[in-house]
Amino acid sequence: MRAGSASSESPASPASPASPVSPAAPALATVPRGDRFGARDLMAEAAAGIGARPGRLLLTILGTVLGIASVVVTVGLAQTAAGQINKQFDAVAATQAVAKPASSTSAFGQTVALGTLPWDAQARAARLAGVEAAGTISAVDVGGADVTAVPVNDPSAARTASPPVLATSPGLLDAIGGRVVTGRYFDAGHDERGDRVVVLGADAARRLGVQRVDRQPSVFIGDVAYQVIGIVDDVRRRPDVLAAVLMPEGTARVEFGLTSPGELHLRLALGAGPVVGPQLPVALAPTDPASIDVAVPPSTSRLRESVAADVNTIFLALGAVALLIGGVGIANVTLLSVMERVGEIGLRRALGATRRMIGAQFVLESVVVGLLGGLVGAALGVVVVVAVSAAQSWTPILDLGMVALAAVAGGVIGLVAGLYPALKAASVEPVSALRAGL
Amino acid sequence: MTLLDLFPESAPPLERRPVLELRGAARDFPGDPPVHALHATDLVVQSGDYLCIVGPSGSGKSTLLHLLGLLDRPTAGEYLLDGIPTAAAAERTRAQLRAAHIGFVFQAFHLLPHRSVLENVLLATLYAGVPRGQRHARAHAALERVGLAHRVDFLPTLLSGGERQRAAVARAVVSSPRVLLADEPTGNLDTESSAGVLDLFDELHADGLTLVVITHNPDVSARASRRVHITDGYLREEV
Repeated sequence: MRAGSASSESPASPASPASPVSPAAPALATVPRGDRFGARDLMAEAAAGIGARPGRLLLTILGTVLGIASVVVTVGLAQTAAGQINKQFDAVAATQAVAKPASSTSAFGQTVALGTLPWDAQARAARLAGVEAAGTISAVDVGGADVTAVPVNDPSAARTASPPVLATSPGLLDAIGGRVVTGRYFDAGHDERGDRVVVLGADAARRLGVQRVDRQPSVFIGDVAYQVIGIVDDVRRRPDVLAAVLMPEGTARVEFGLTSPGELHLRLALGAGPVVGPQLPVALAPTDPASIDVAVPPSTSRLRESVAADVNTIFLALGAVALLIGGVGIANVTLLSVMERVGEIGLRRALGATRRMIGAQFVLESVVVGLLGGLVGAALGVVVVVAVSAAQSWTPILDLGMVALAAVAGGVIGLVAGLYPALKAASVEPVSALRAGL
Repeated sequence: MTLLDLFPESAPPLERRPVLELRGAARDFPGDPPVHALHATDLVVQSGDYLCIVGPSGSGKSTLLHLLGLLDRPTAGEYLLDGIPTAAAAERTRAQLRAAHIGFVFQAFHLLPHRSVLENVLLATLYAGVPRGQRHARAHAALERVGLAHRVDFLPTLLSGGERQRAAVARAVVSSPRVLLADEPTGNLDTESSAGVLDLFDELHADGLTLVVITHNPDVSARASRRVHITDGYLREEV
């Protein structure tokens, strides 16, 4: 007799003196741990329970798949988009700075400059760490003189507006990110000597009919001829440069009495804004730094964080809602499954399963379903992020740790969602359950 | 081949001794007025008995079977299973006792529809603590014993009613229980299948298994060695 062979008696079986129990009467046998209903059996039963209805499984995990996928997609796209935004900020806004004299409005409504930029502003700024290029630019008052390619005085011709004339330091083109299309930009020599040379913006050159500079064309400002030495295009800032005639500041001082540079443009190293910002006014006007207004870009990391945080908060909230729906879905279907399998639960109880074993089986089934949903959802999310990025020619940026976490989150959702149905399953009374049939 | 050859440990003891013993056990259901489903009852089932419980519906048959099968507790009195008092035992202990000592056969078979016949039989070995290495061999042997060796990998839904009940019997005996409790085992079967299942019961009884069968089918009660009538919760043994 199998049970009788057990040497140790369970406390649940004291030999009642009144019962005619033979000496060989069996006690409740202690089953070796390895043969008890253990983790292995639990896994097998849960797997079989899940695998029994593949169609049902698909429906069950659908909610979790969508929830996890939407979290991965939203976070992934947020990270990717933030990466794109950073790139643009990095490329233009985050590396540009402007300094100009501070101004205030007088009692008569006139704008009065409170200071001036020094003539050597370009050199002073270029000495600061973090400044990659600098150059000044100012409007030149030509006293109403026409700018023409041919000095014809035809009183009967309709008067057309001349291109504006701007004076720049030699470094300006680099500072505003422009490109010389043909010829060259003027240098410090032209500036010092006050040579009568000009560089045309691409639009101005078209308007004046100048296409090449190798035959040393000239334009006339009033009656004075200026040799065109180059044409520029593709500036990133101050697009008005393209429609203007540019001359060296030294020339503008001599010919038109320019008093001081108007604006200083700088191209900074990435992230140098917070460093250069406070130094620039002191470098430009040591005796009165307050007379110089400086506009530097915010710290790039601060920018990146604030953009990423905004985007992530919104999208994560959406993802959390989707996950909640997924969890409720699992809970619903598991509860339904418990109701449906009441007969099976009764049978298992009749076969000797404890409430704990029944509860554990349903929790495990729910966890596995959640984990499956998490895995499928995370994979789907990654595919969508990569596909969208490819379609937009973006660089997909996705934290892989987050993806793994999302898959695990599916399991956690399954666990939470399965607790109540498992409690229900464990509390099923075998007598009533068996009546239900299978 | 008999079950004894397969499971020598389930051989009947030389002397007959009580397997199931009700001592003044009663079951009331609360309500207004309370229902006395089973009045104080004394019943001893000896090892090797083939006991048949007969009674009309509503007589307390099922209540009695649930008490004997440890699926329900008596509201008064004591119930000894293999000499072990169970009325106040912990739920866990009762589950273990149920797994190791009792095999159930139900009217509606209660086979899991999505699991093969073999898996259904294996299910009983899981909870009964049958040694891991022996589970498959025992399940195959039990299925062979009931004549379903050729249906091992079938789903229950593909079996005839008689075959399903045979599979259920295989599941009930695979853990070598002390007693087989059957609740209307032929209730869903035609005459021919019924006879087949009853023949199987006879063979198991001859092998030394203790059987308790609830029925109102006279064919079943005719085969039993003891008959107990139950009416309105009172038991009366046919002598």
